[in-house]
Amino acid sequence: MGIEIQKQPQPQQTTAHTVEQLVAVNPYNPDILPDLENYVNEQVMSGSYSLDANLCLLRLYQFEPERMSTPIIARILIKALMAMPASDFGLCLFLIPERVQMEEQFKTLIVLSHYLETARFRQFWEEASKSRHILEAVPGFEQAVQSYAVHILSLTCQRVPRTVLAEAINVEGLALDKFLEQQSIERGWIVEKSGGKGQIIILSRNEFNHPELKKNAADSIQLQHITRILPILG
Amino acid sequence: MAATYDHDDHHHSNAPSTLSSTDYDPNFVPDSVKTFVVLLYRHIREKNVYEIHQMYETTFHTISDRKFKDTPWPSVDAIAPSVDNDHVFCLLYREMWFRHLYARMQPTLKQRIDSWDNYCSLFQVVLHGVVNMQLPNQWLWDMVDEFVYQFQSFCQYRAKMKSKTEQEIALLRQFDQAWSVYGVLNYLQALVDKSMIIDILEREKEGLEQFTADDGYDYNGGSNVLRVLGYFSMVGLLRVHCLLGDYHTGLKCMRPIDISQHGVYTTVIGSHITTIYHYGFANLMLRRYVVAIREFNKILLYIYKTKQYHQKSPQYEQILKKNEQMYALLAICLSLCPQTKLVEETVNSQLREKYGEKMSRMQRYDDEAFALYDELFSYACPKFITPSPPNYDEPLVNYNQDAYRLQLKLFLYEVKQQQLLYGVRTFLKVYSTISLGKLSTYMEVDEATLRTILMTYKHKTHTVDADGKIISNADIDFYIDDDMVHIIESKTPKRYGDYFMRQIAKLEGVMNDMDRIKLE
Repeated sequence: MGIEIQKQPQPQQTTAHTVEQLVAVNPYNPDILPDLENYVNEQVMSGSYSLDANLCLLRLYQFEPERMSTPIIARILIKALMAMPASDFGLCLFLIPERVQMEEQFKTLIVLSHYLETARFRQFWEEASKSRHILEAVPGFEQAVQSYAVHILSLTCQRVPRTVLAEAINVEGLALDKFLEQQSIERGWIVEKSGGKGQIIILSRNEFNHPELKKNAADSIQLQHITRILPILG
Repeated sequence: MAATYDHDDHHHSNAPSTLSSTDYDPNFVPDSVKTFVVLLYRHIREKNVYEIHQMYETTFHTISDRKFKDTPWPSVDAIAPSVDNDHVFCLLYREMWFRHLYARMQPTLKQRIDSWDNYCSLFQVVLHGVVNMQLPNQWLWDMVDEFVYQFQSFCQYRAKMKSKTEQEIALLRQFDQAWSVYGVLNYLQALVDKSMIIDILEREKEGLEQFTADDGYDYNGGSNVLRVLGYFSMVGLLRVHCLLGDYHTGLKCMRPIDISQHGVYTTVIGSHITTIYHYGFANLMLRRYVVAIREFNKILLYIYKTKQYHQKSPQYEQILKKNEQMYALLAICLSLCPQTKLVEETVNSQLREKYGEKMSRMQRYDDEAFALYDELFSYACPKFITPSPPNYDEPLVNYNQDAYRLQLKLFLYEVKQQQLLYGVRTFLKVYSTISLGKLSTYMEVDEATLRTILMTYKHKTHTVDADGKIISNADIDFYIDDDMVHIIESKTPKRYGDYFMRQIAKLEGVMNDMDRIKLE
């Protein structure tokens, strides 16, 4: 596996644990709705994330629209954006009634998601700077999008011009130097000087930007399947 | 909005007729019916699964065709004395009674509510473990299938508020628990939990339990009812979640069943098709096109080969319908993710025949292509539902199309995001290396935009699976080195392993057959 998706950590508090258990044991119980709402706020504060719990809450809203809280939905959607490249944002939208999606703040989030889905990072950062008031509620948003941008770049490129990277993660100058330094330690990026064109960054190798690394897993057989012919061979 | 969506998703094509026959007497029991219930009751007590299956699959339909074409069967009270007033048998009889009514007539609201009550009583009995019958898989599947179908039908019915009479609205308010989404999901979940089916399947992997090998039946004198109902309830949950637009959760409910293997779900054609249809659809909506293509391909080939054996089955029309819908879904998948190599030759030629011309237009990405995605999706998607009751105090509006419109809109949004990928695909196919500058001139976009298109391509063709691992759906592999695009011709290696495994099993079968032949 070449690329590790940096997952938002799973919550560790004991109270949080019980909410996860509630969802696992009884996912169709209207009584756990307040717990799930509190849990969304807890995810926002602690930087943790649980798609299953949030989908469970959206489902309860779908069953009882009169109990729906739009501020909570906004938080869920921002957390889902932060989970890119996973398609969590889309999964949440499937469960949110169209009339709710028409609200201004959700329209903005949908536009932001569109830019991320189509890798238009310049437009994304422009739009995001206009919507600070919505996004600031969730700490870690920028870093999450940056790591998504790095993910996409690493899927696509072996070497990438500094300017392209700068635009994708919306970091420039000294801050970018610092970012690059950190990445060279953590992921083994190499900064290359090329004549006249400015810096070029060699991203870490993975099976997607170095297809020759792809393991030929297509012809392996699962042990489970072999057990089927064991009686014959025996 | 495509009109094709408003199709009747009913099991049978018979035009529903209202109860016009004034000569229907619920208390009159013809001899054939009496013989039927007496025999069926006896076979159930004697656990004669074969005879039960015959009566259930054949005799019931024969009598229905002859005597009850557009009227209900005799009421349960009328037949009860013939079967010792057996509580469980009466519940089973009523379940069939309602199923027959739904298939051939238009149920009234009262009947819908009564049918819900009957399912509650039936499932209560099963859940409390006092059942010791052995019923055919086909029947148990039909119960779960019909339960979910009637729920879907109820939601559709309730959402058409404009045509409701005051009386109907009063009934809806009074019986607000009937077919509530919580009730439906909790019954299915309770069947899964109480049956311990997940545990059974887990133990089976370790060789501690026999379930699949015995097709779910219990040959030790026990009952198969709870555990097989629990098993099929997982499929039921997948379907309900798909109807609600919750694809992630739907697939999660199915995880205990290994879809790549033969299983109890493949023993009943209706269950096999329903499972794969919803499994494939959910994966399509999650952008896991390769998974969807593989499963659609397998089931379509299977239907193609076995269709003839089901011609007389009451499910035949439903099989054909789902067959056509899955071809449409396959056409969508392949248009978004052109991996034709994954499709077997027979299926491919059927697909070309049905959708070849449309598929070539779908790859053009103009308004017409867009309209075709709309058309195929609307034709082939599940009948989405809004699970919540309306607010009866507000002006009454129809909301039966809301859920479908939302899913369609979001799907088309995805199609639009992938709009530019087809253009870049055609170029990547013919080059092994090309500079960004040159490619951007060909595509008539600037270099920065081209980079976003290429990155979108990578993003859309690489999905994250349930474990956070990235899986590639890419038909073409490439990478950018500074400002050069390098394209790698993808070769799908032949899967020798599978081939050999199958041949080994086949050879063993032939040798066994030969051993059995005695030469005179």
